[in-house]
Amino acid sequence: MSENIYGIMAEFDTPTQLVDAAVKVRDAGYTKTDGFSPFPIHDIDEALGIKRSVLPYLILTGGITGLLSALGLVYFVHVVDYPIIVGGRGHFSLPAFIPPMFELTILFAAFTAVFGMLFLNGLPSPYHPVFNIPRFALASREKFFLLIESRDPLYDYEKVRTFMESLSPQEVFDVPE
Amino acid sequence: MQDSREERQLHPVMVEGNHDFGTVSDRIGDLTLKKRTPFHWFIGFGIAFLVAQLLMVTIIYLVTKGIGIWGTNQPVGWAFPIINFVWWIGIGHAGTLISAILLLLNQKWRTSINRFAEAMTLFAVACAGLYPVFHTGRPWLAYWLFPYPNTMGIWPQFRSPLMWDVFAVSTYATVSLLFWYVGLIPDLATLRDRAKNKFFKKIYAIFSWGWRGSARHWHRYELAYLILAGISTPLVLSVHSVVSLDFSVSQIPGWHATFFPPYFVAGAIYAGFAMVLLLAIPLRHLYGMKDFVTKTHLILMGKVMLATGLIVGYSYVMEAFFGWYSGSQYEWFMIKNRIWEGPYWAFYWMLMFCNVISPQFLWFKRFRESEFWLFIISIIVSIGMWLERFVIIVTSIQRDFLPSSWAMYSPTIWDWSMFIGTLGFFLCLFFLFIRFLPIISIFEVRTLLPQANVHGRPQDFDENVLEIEYTYDKTDPPNR
Repeated sequence: MSENIYGIMAEFDTPTQLVDAAVKVRDAGYTKTDGFSPFPIHDIDEALGIKRSVLPYLILTGGITGLLSALGLVYFVHVVDYPIIVGGRGHFSLPAFIPPMFELTILFAAFTAVFGMLFLNGLPSPYHPVFNIPRFALASREKFFLLIESRDPLYDYEKVRTFMESLSPQEVFDVPE
Repeated sequence: MQDSREERQLHPVMVEGNHDFGTVSDRIGDLTLKKRTPFHWFIGFGIAFLVAQLLMVTIIYLVTKGIGIWGTNQPVGWAFPIINFVWWIGIGHAGTLISAILLLLNQKWRTSINRFAEAMTLFAVACAGLYPVFHTGRPWLAYWLFPYPNTMGIWPQFRSPLMWDVFAVSTYATVSLLFWYVGLIPDLATLRDRAKNKFFKKIYAIFSWGWRGSARHWHRYELAYLILAGISTPLVLSVHSVVSLDFSVSQIPGWHATFFPPYFVAGAIYAGFAMVLLLAIPLRHLYGMKDFVTKTHLILMGKVMLATGLIVGYSYVMEAFFGWYSGSQYEWFMIKNRIWEGPYWAFYWMLMFCNVISPQFLWFKRFRESEFWLFIISIIVSIGMWLERFVIIVTSIQRDFLPSSWAMYSPTIWDWSMFIGTLGFFLCLFFLFIRFLPIISIFEVRTLLPQANVHGRPQDFDENVLEIEYTYDKTDPPNR
């Protein structure tokens, strides 16, 4: 039974119960854990010990890349490849180039934000073991779930199962692989 | 009575009725998942679809004959296409303001209106985009606007405001779409888990990317959402600023003014909120969304309209003042021509009535709290904002520096059919949106419920904070 199990999951009714349980799970030393909720709960980050994501730095990099590509583009176009004097301004008339540079900064940063988020989250993932639990469909509706994965170093089927049941959940499930 | 009223003002109700996470999901999700399409949807969509055919016919005729079918001609070379472009793109601004700026300002009331306001933005930008493309006369060459290496060996001119416009509007459309779609992902997952129809379940599954509501995912999701809001805020302000630079970088009297960017941005938000109200009021009635789009929302939107209306009114006064104060005879002539001497003076005073007088009623509770009056004022403001663009564009160029090139402008039937056609096209897209996607952000409304708060966290949770407070008490006792 405990051979091909992805993890053990407990179901809760309220976000408070989930956060309380998550604190206990963290304090018990489990690290390969996850919570599932129908909306973002801020306290759960700290409760599960989730580290701040690197995403903001990626987005900054994306924005700077956008800025530099726009600068490179206008420089190449108006100074290198097709220099032409318009309105008495010099070839490299930076103030006039600010709007395209600004817009590309935003564009690249926005793409990095969205696709960086999806990439770091490992999405798209059409299959995931948690979907094997029929009640898990309620995670996008009104129920809250807490999971300890079997690849956790402290994982031991009997111990984790008893521990999960001690958190007074609605129900505890074995999640098949 | 008095108490409850004060209580209501201090803690405005964002979700009315007895809702829990489940009923919120059902109420909003069912609109999409229910088998039966309401009858009024078919009537509304049918009418919008017929009107949208006007756009089709106009475009076909336009492409066949050329833009000579419009009234656009020298010296009024920027007429209906640009008026309508600016009008539509301005309407879009309210959606981004609601979704981005109000998010950063932590205004909770944005939550139940942001989804359809963002949809409105997208559809308005789609309508706006049609005009410059077809105004070029050769829409099949519109890709020349983008910088790509070509055999002609030429490049677009990046010093031109028209080029800035291409970048601003296309970035705006893309980022608005991304923002809207990111907000939809968790809701599509809800629909996926609730859908009974196998086909739609698959569709929702594909577009929700396998979202499972994991805490680690939510963490990155919220970061991305917040940063998107942060970068959309300067973006939305830049878009109408760049649109206004199309005018103010030129030397035409009436256009060449440094205060155009803030003036245009305020007007855009003004028109946009009017459109959000025009969509929200019927929506909450026809779809029973009164629990989520409450009176409080309408009142707050009315207040935003009043505030932006005052900024716009101030801009009109300043515009006239600058014309006189500039000491330039061309500027002063333009103002006189626009307000009382010229042939289009009546439009100016209609504009004053629509945009300056009509919002003043919103100072009074009676009007602000009445859906009927909010709706009427919103219609008047929408017309007023259209007139504003008409007045700015037409009265500035119909009589410029050289009297020998003065001429009158009047739109033809094809100008009107294209404009009315885009109204139909806009409504068509909006009706499809209402039918196939959740019109209110389900997961964000869940966070508004009192049940969503995490109460009584265990002591060890704030260990560090408690310790700091403890030492603080010992070393530095509070003053008595």
